[in-house]
Amino acid sequence: MKVERISGLKFHKKQDVAIVGAGMTTFKRRLNETGKELSYLAIKQALEEADMDLSDIEMVVMGSAPDTFDGLHMKGEYLLDGSGGSDRPYMRVFVGGGTGVFAPIAGYWHVASGLADICLVVCEEKMSSSYPHPQSAFKYIWDPILDRPLNPNLIWIFALEMNRYMHVHNIKHEDIALVSVKNKANALDHPCAQLAEKITVEDVLNSEPMALPVRRLDVSPPSDGAAALIMVAPHIARQVTDNPVWVTGVGWALDTTMWTNRDLYFPRYVAEAAKMAYRMAHVTDPRKEIDVAEPYDPFDYKELHHMEGLGLAKKGEAPILTKEGVTARDGDLPCSPSGGLLGVGNPIAATMGVKACELYWQLAYRAGKRQVAKEVTTGVCQAWGDLMQVGTVMVMSNKR
Amino acid sequence: MKVAVVGVGYSGFNANTPDLHWKEITLEAAARAYDDAGINPRKDVDSIVTCAEDIWEGFAIFDEFVPDQLGGVLKPTCTVCADFLFGVATAYMQIKSELADIAVVEAHSKASDILTFGETIKFAMDPIWLREIGNAHPYYFAALEMSQYVNECCITEEQLAEVVVKNKNNALRNSSAPYGSKITVEDVLNSPMVFDPMRKLEIAPRSDGAVVFVLANEDVARDITDTPIWVKGVGWWSETSNYDTMSFNAAYAYKAAKMAYKLAGITNPAKEIDIAEVDDRFAFKEFQHIEALQLSKRFETGTLMQEGYFAKDGELPVNVSGGSLGIGNLLEATGGQKALEIVLQLRRLAGRRQVDAETGVAQAWRYIPTASGAVAVFGV
Repeated sequence: MKVERISGLKFHKKQDVAIVGAGMTTFKRRLNETGKELSYLAIKQALEEADMDLSDIEMVVMGSAPDTFDGLHMKGEYLLDGSGGSDRPYMRVFVGGGTGVFAPIAGYWHVASGLADICLVVCEEKMSSSYPHPQSAFKYIWDPILDRPLNPNLIWIFALEMNRYMHVHNIKHEDIALVSVKNKANALDHPCAQLAEKITVEDVLNSEPMALPVRRLDVSPPSDGAAALIMVAPHIARQVTDNPVWVTGVGWALDTTMWTNRDLYFPRYVAEAAKMAYRMAHVTDPRKEIDVAEPYDPFDYKELHHMEGLGLAKKGEAPILTKEGVTARDGDLPCSPSGGLLGVGNPIAATMGVKACELYWQLAYRAGKRQVAKEVTTGVCQAWGDLMQVGTVMVMSNKR
Repeated sequence: MKVAVVGVGYSGFNANTPDLHWKEITLEAAARAYDDAGINPRKDVDSIVTCAEDIWEGFAIFDEFVPDQLGGVLKPTCTVCADFLFGVATAYMQIKSELADIAVVEAHSKASDILTFGETIKFAMDPIWLREIGNAHPYYFAALEMSQYVNECCITEEQLAEVVVKNKNNALRNSSAPYGSKITVEDVLNSPMVFDPMRKLEIAPRSDGAVVFVLANEDVARDITDTPIWVKGVGWWSETSNYDTMSFNAAYAYKAAKMAYKLAGITNPAKEIDIAEVDDRFAFKEFQHIEALQLSKRFETGTLMQEGYFAKDGELPVNVSGGSLGIGNLLEATGGQKALEIVLQLRRLAGRRQVDAETGVAQAWRYIPTASGAVAVFGV
């Protein structure tokens, strides 16, 4: 095997990074509250959990997806005072839908580089102000010359991708629907859930067709909400908690804009991002070493797709694992124990609450009724976005 | 571990580029930067940071369109919604935290594509408190800030005009500056008072262009270049999003500079800094920023400006490139143009506008209606 350049191991000078607090708001249509107010609610909860004040925070990272949802230019600047960024170094990062896990990655380098010892990561999204539906904002994500004249819609390109995935691995819609059943049931235990319910595979298959094979219950709902994480250096972590969760690996990758030129059956961008994160975290066999996973599940097939990208299942094997109950909350590899986006809601960037925050809660044994049955040490969370293009991965562990 | 700039590339800067797509502008800048650093982006680059705002670009998720023209396909690539200097800070942190050995920062402006510039800025204002304030062009907000600032600091009209004269004349020595001209203080004072008390020539017009930097850690930098320019310090700061609670004296630049100077170990900036490029998209902003960067004392800046202290052959040259008044408002690439000039000066590649300098500072503001900005200190 060719020796690869390992970025993370040469100098042993960077700081380790721990997560000591997290918070999130209820995900639902929250037209009465501004994005600033949503951010405030999430931050307050995170600060309480970490037993800190806003004055302890040194730097702030903001994650928020398209400006067009709110009809605001420079949304990061608008959200400044609600997100605790006023009178501090404040930076907004953005990788479309992948922002939910990318913002904590940015928080990681704020602390690891030594520039900050305590960094607050806030993700906020408010989709309800988009009228009549956030899909109208997605009209402007396409290439103006090549794609836009076709008047495309996001649901139908995902239908293309789902079709391709089902075709290549010969997967039935029934097997994919199991993910929706599992996640919506998991969400029953989540106090912030928007669409928690006990449904069956038949309910999914009989729900309203959106763009076949995608049906209503295959899709996560648009939502409003915010989430926050507090990331600190080791000497701070020691002071505020006995069970910090360490960030052991981060990775992100962006594929070409020309989505039409790719084979959609496998998310290479997720595989590249995972490779980077696993290498940093010294994870060589993810299927064995990862105890709990939060793969991004805006559509039910996407959880399977991403499990394969993350190396948690072989190509085409994810539906089988799901059918066997391996990915259930009491299974051997619990996936989306939070209820994921399908059950809790999909406020684009704020899904940090069900991905990175949930993984922290699971590894800190703070997930309450959602705590997975098995003993956990290492977990992975992942997000995805842009034009089926970006993968962001973070590996955490409760052992340093 | 130190971080160095090992390659720079730029395209433009032009008042208008109807013949070019922004991807072509970016590609040109990127190709030049990779050539300058002597690297192959597909093999050697570990991370790419783009600085862009969705609505300046006219997309809902601009991040999608970033990788191809930068050679970043299937690589760690991301967008920072801020000025180029925030991107430099991001790359600096990525290198310091050992996520990347070589990181690339890119920012571009295609301001000529924006048909309704004022209306676009209005979309950055609070929809309830500010946006509905009337039909006024948002430049009025800069004019408000200006009248508060010039009255407080006793800066005269002639001193303000001096900035425009200095920068536009400096721009004549810069072949990449589209707005250079041989003008006098009288010309500025005779230009129309478009946003009282701001005159037309005190406002930077817009232009197109792109800037790409290649940053590397110390080991790699010493391997691939003989003339690394060290990023000695970075700083960034945001005040607030509301006009009623802003300081109106560039506290964002003061705090960002404080952070950058601390990292760079600079205690007396007025003595230790040899050259500065500050944001001058409105003439009064140059005064504000010079003071915020502690390059001169309050109440003295105006006199020093008239005495030629900040001229090309002065004690502390500021905006030798021509600044934004001479080159144009490059939106999020403004900080890129500033940092580029500092790097070219420190490498002694600035041609006819070369000054003798070993430590330089670049500063940028996020433009109206914000009170956020970033600073980077470079040294040989």
